Amino acid sequence: MTQNAPFFTPDRSQYPAKKADGTLDIDIASGKYLKLWQGPNHPGITGNMSVELTVCGDEVVEGKTHVGYLHRGFEKLMERRTFIQCFPIVCRICVPEPDFNEYCYAAAVEELAGIKSPERADWIRALILEMGRINSYMMYLGGQAGALGLGVIGQWTTYARDLMLDRFEELTGARIYHMFIMPGGVRDGLPEGFDKRMEETLREIESTLKDVYDVMFCNAVFKKRTVGVGYIDPALVDSYGITGPNARAAGVAKDVRKDQPYLIYSQLDFETVLGHDSDIFTRADVRRRDVLVSVDLVRQILAKMPRTGPLMATVPNVLHWKIPRGETYIRGECSRGEYGYYLVTDGSGYPRRVNVRGPSYTHAMSLLERMIVNLNISDVASLMVSLHTYPPEIER
Amino acid sequence: MRELHTKLKSLFPVGDLTEQRSDLGFVTVPQEHLRAVLVHLRDREGFTHLVLLTAVDWLEAGQFQLTYLLSNRSAGKDLGVRVMLARDGATMQSIHDVWPTAATYQRELREMFGIDFPGSPRLHEEFILEGWNDIPPYRRDFDTLKYAQENYSERPGRVTHDPAAHMKQKLNSGGN
Repeated sequence: MTQNAPFFTPDRSQYPAKKADGTLDIDIASGKYLKLWQGPNHPGITGNMSVELTVCGDEVVEGKTHVGYLHRGFEKLMERRTFIQCFPIVCRICVPEPDFNEYCYAAAVEELAGIKSPERADWIRALILEMGRINSYMMYLGGQAGALGLGVIGQWTTYARDLMLDRFEELTGARIYHMFIMPGGVRDGLPEGFDKRMEETLREIESTLKDVYDVMFCNAVFKKRTVGVGYIDPALVDSYGITGPNARAAGVAKDVRKDQPYLIYSQLDFETVLGHDSDIFTRADVRRRDVLVSVDLVRQILAKMPRTGPLMATVPNVLHWKIPRGETYIRGECSRGEYGYYLVTDGSGYPRRVNVRGPSYTHAMSLLERMIVNLNISDVASLMVSLHTYPPEIER
Repeated sequence: MRELHTKLKSLFPVGDLTEQRSDLGFVTVPQEHLRAVLVHLRDREGFTHLVLLTAVDWLEAGQFQLTYLLSNRSAGKDLGVRVMLARDGATMQSIHDVWPTAATYQRELREMFGIDFPGSPRLHEEFILEGWNDIPPYRRDFDTLKYAQENYSERPGRVTHDPAAHMKQKLNSGGN
């Protein structure tokens, strides 16, 4: 493995040596170093996490991620709840893109209980997931621009995201937490005239993206501060568990939708978006192009999906629903990478263990801590946002 | 998946294969062989991606189950490697040098389940909990309800329904 590629290994020559236990020998009292807390109150648009920085001048010597500000113990809560009571909890694990929790949980329960969701429900699930992906990316683009002082981009993308929230509202009745993908299927079909309004929304999003491209991606400040900054060595992709756009921007075609197609993705026609420079700019660009892919996928889904047929499979009485002993893992490709649910059942009416695998777990902890060394303080926020992390999925 | 299992079986004393799906299997491995199995899977069989590492508490059996879920992207296959540990004084060797990300998982497992991973970096730093002095909270014998009642006060005016009785009453009042 070329894990220690020469230009990624931090140059520590001007910094204190490591102690025998591997930690840095930093004497704050010397006045040469300073502790600086980035966060926990929304450092960028990442949510409530914080990075404890040790800086020398304006250069970061060490960074430690601290999480726990949003810990509600979801996994433990679920062990004391029936399978259907877990369903309204799971979406709370990720605010901007909650649908993957619903899908992964529902699919895991269905698999262990031996239930097959109807085909029409699978199409609607994929539609919801792609709509959520567009929303999550729109939020990211605003955050990435905002971290570098381009505040107006966030206003535009929030507007476009809001239009998509309107579509969510008419489809599911809710804007943020949809609670729509139930174990067994989905709650409802598409409302009348949904396709037409969705097409209008998609056009608006495409037009917003054109503006975003002109004002953000062609902006000299944005380019100067992102090109070549925050490089992820492709060799780190496997050892650090990097997935999603962070891996794709490094030229590694990791996309669960293609690698292990779930729902109806094998029937859709799309290309995995790849970059090769693996810096902040490329990651932003991969995500921008990924929105266009999702826009196209939503169109394809609406054109191809069956309009009649059942939406829910027959599910046992949910008050007495027991699932035989077993374990499974269900994954999906969310906007940040591989999202997965590991569900263990023991034959009772409650899950024995639910473990949520959020992509931020690896991106915001071990990867960020490694990448942040030798970075200028002013680039820290931009780097954090470029990894697209959502802390609730770290602490669950 | 079966082929891989046969191959593994000829090299290590692994248990039976549980084939959950055609692309997902689980095997149990003795504690002392785990590292060799993981390194073999990573270097020889293409399982280069550590998807997750977590624990399941089988309180009744007095055991922890550690699950190392590995993924082989080019073959589109996942393998969960299980290790059963005695619950009392649970200790497991660290694999942070095989996958650097494992250090985070191990830190969380020590805090949430009380499983020790000697040698794992920053193992004793607080991960999520701050100033926690109760038993590790994700263990099955940690009673969340009792903890909440002891540490938090009830919000006045809040009504709690028994789900079964509530649903029964709701359904019956609908004219059934």
